[in-house]
Amino acid sequence: MSLWVDKYRPKTLDDLHYHEGLSTRLKSLADSPDFPHMLFYGPSGAGKKTRIGCTLRALFGQGVEKLKIDQRVFLTPSKRKLDLNVVSSNYHTEITPSEVGNYDRVVIQEILKEIAQTQQVDMNAKQRFKVVVLNDADSLSRDAQAALRRTMEKYMTNIRIILCANSTSKLIAPIKSRCLLVRVAAPTFQEMKTVLEHVAKKEKFDLPETASHSIIEDSNGNMRKALLVFEALKMQSTDLSGPLTIAKPDWETYCYKVADMILQEQTPQRVMDVRAKLYELLSHCIPPTVVLKTIADRIVQNVDEALKADIMHWAAIYEVRMRNGNKKIFHLEAWVVKVMSLYKHFFYDIDMTGFDDC
Amino acid sequence: MDKFFQPQTTRTSQKQQKHVATPEAQPWVEKYRPKTIEEVASQEHTVAVLRKSLMSSNLPHMLFYGPPGNGKTSTILALSRQLFGPDNFRTRVLELNASDERGISIVREKIKDFARQTPRAITTSSDGKTYPCPPFKIIILDEADSMTQDAQAALRRIMETYARITRFCLVCNYVTRIIEPLASRCSKFRFLPLAPQSAETRLSQIATAESIPLSQPVVRTLISTSQGDLRRAITYLQSASRLALVSQPREDITVRDVQEIAGVVPDAVMVDFAGVIGVEVEREVGEDGMEVDEKPVQGKAKGFDDIRAKVREIVREGYSASQLLLQLHDMIILHPTLTSRAKSKCALVLAEADKALCDGADEELWILEVGVRVWKAVSDSR
Ligand SMILES: Nc1ncnc2c1ncn2[C@@H]1O[C@H](COP(=O)(O)OP(=O)(O)OP(=O)(O)O)[C@@H](O)[C@H]1O
Ligand SMILES: [Mg+2]
Repeated sequence: MSLWVDKYRPKTLDDLHYHEGLSTRLKSLADSPDFPHMLFYGPSGAGKKTRIGCTLRALFGQGVEKLKIDQRVFLTPSKRKLDLNVVSSNYHTEITPSEVGNYDRVVIQEILKEIAQTQQVDMNAKQRFKVVVLNDADSLSRDAQAALRRTMEKYMTNIRIILCANSTSKLIAPIKSRCLLVRVAAPTFQEMKTVLEHVAKKEKFDLPETASHSIIEDSNGNMRKALLVFEALKMQSTDLSGPLTIAKPDWETYCYKVADMILQEQTPQRVMDVRAKLYELLSHCIPPTVVLKTIADRIVQNVDEALKADIMHWAAIYEVRMRNGNKKIFHLEAWVVKVMSLYKHFFYDIDMTGFDDC
Repeated sequence: MDKFFQPQTTRTSQKQQKHVATPEAQPWVEKYRPKTIEEVASQEHTVAVLRKSLMSSNLPHMLFYGPPGNGKTSTILALSRQLFGPDNFRTRVLELNASDERGISIVREKIKDFARQTPRAITTSSDGKTYPCPPFKIIILDEADSMTQDAQAALRRIMETYARITRFCLVCNYVTRIIEPLASRCSKFRFLPLAPQSAETRLSQIATAESIPLSQPVVRTLISTSQGDLRRAITYLQSASRLALVSQPREDITVRDVQEIAGVVPDAVMVDFAGVIGVEVEREVGEDGMEVDEKPVQGKAKGFDDIRAKVREIVREGYSASQLLLQLHDMIILHPTLTSRAKSKCALVLAEADKALCDGADEELWILEVGVRVWKAVSDSR
């Protein structure tokens, strides 16, 4: 039995619930012989992947749903072996180049060349080209992007590329100017409600207003998260009535605890305790940026207005440093110390001028 | 890999066959690539010099440089075609593109092979025209700034060895990435970003050829969003017309279509955001008569929590942070009433944010950072 997120994932552009204007346009584009390269972007959980899937279906029909998954091995010029998962059908290929980190260029060039040289097997296919979906396009290296720039023009007759990214900020201009940019915004409150109600109807039960409200509030525009939470809740309490407590993921509760620890006491000993907790979070593979943002969010909910801006300011500063640095924990810890000192000084009303410029 | 280095003509002829098969799938940037140097828009000086050399049939080594999409590649291809005609193009012109493997050995081998064969002149071409067909070959090194220093150094020797029978044309965006000994062997041609007037003419020509109606505001938006890069403008135009064509009922291209394709944040969203962070903006009446919100914009600065809520909303809409900051920058710097002091402070934080985003920082954190600091700068100045 599959999860609701998968079970009720729309398969065709007509099934999609929100952004109807966009769906219509995608449908007409898929019918025209003039399908461009595309770049889908938007926040996570907004439905980019689903929309790409539906577009592929509109381009090639049901055949795209027959998937095979291969583990492929590529060789770098220096003879290093790279493993990559390749999902493909007769009509398209999907890869996540970030799986091989800095060697993404090698992989992209190999795969694209290989596909460009093979013919479409299905002679009756509606479109003559094949589609290559590149996930996580934000993290493509500069090199890989430069390589794409030429390739996109050269293989235009046999290949269309669909890039999927959270933001366009990290893509170089020449790539953006070769694609049709498709922004997929997060669904609105009302749109999410419609989707939840649709699922409830299919599962044959009634969804109380209060329940859908709390689910949507909690999800912050992430449709995937909302559906997962919805299903979990339904398992807990079948009629979904009364006050619902949406169980936070463990790591989130843990982050909140850290935030509270920081505000309760500002001592060297406390720094050590917090540090142990941060290690714990990192060792469970919670991305450091998420840890930082979650703790910061919780802290600014509980401090004086005057402090909020500063706390977020330092969060922004330390987050970049963390990305460029090697030891994530150093920067997290430094930020914690900064917050503690800001808080303490504010509490004892000490003049903070001169402390800001670091 | 080798496939990439075959002489240009093999590729062109292949391309032409394919084009015949699916003319509608051809990108307009290729379809409307200038065929002669006279067609190259906006680069008067360069064209004038090249026209002379076309007449005298002599050519120095050349270095073309300038920002993307302003006709460098097109110019050299057109010039070569005018010199040699379609028949000789294959044997006389070698085009090597970057972004592919282009180490020393490849440069050496490819160029040596090509330059070694002695040119033979057949001046009358199958299309009945005569071409000057001077006794040398042209080697085009496109995107030369991505060649390694070693490869460039090796090129120096090759240029001298075959000086009698070859002319090199290096094409690049950043002239400073070409090593000095190489640059000094070439006559340099600087390609300027396209002047709005020439871009407009070119875009209108394309629109007429494709018989799509194009309004003035749309043209202006195309030009302003592409910032002197005609390739971008043409691509936007093609994408927009695709969308307009497929919409039911058929619609004309709107300013908003172009903005969406170019990833521009809508004015309404910007004005709203600016309002929350205390930057009051007079809302302009939509140029093409697009509907404008009746409710006046309230520029009342709010608090931290309001700014954060607004930032979240924007992030959920999926707009890119760098684009948002670019537009915010213009709003603030060109603002009629903000004090210079406030503007300077804003400029500082915008610069910091740009750097952070380049380093891969979290977009939400930095939009918030900019929002809060602009808000402080503006309220301090009151
Ligand atoms: N000056 C121009 N006149 C006419 N068309 C132009 C001009 N500049 C650019 N174009 C159009 O833009 C397309 C791209 O131009 P071209 O390939 O020459 O750019 P480039 O200068 O080589 O850019 P890059 O630096 O990115 O390689 C051409 O096919 C043509 O349609
Ligand atoms: Mg070029």
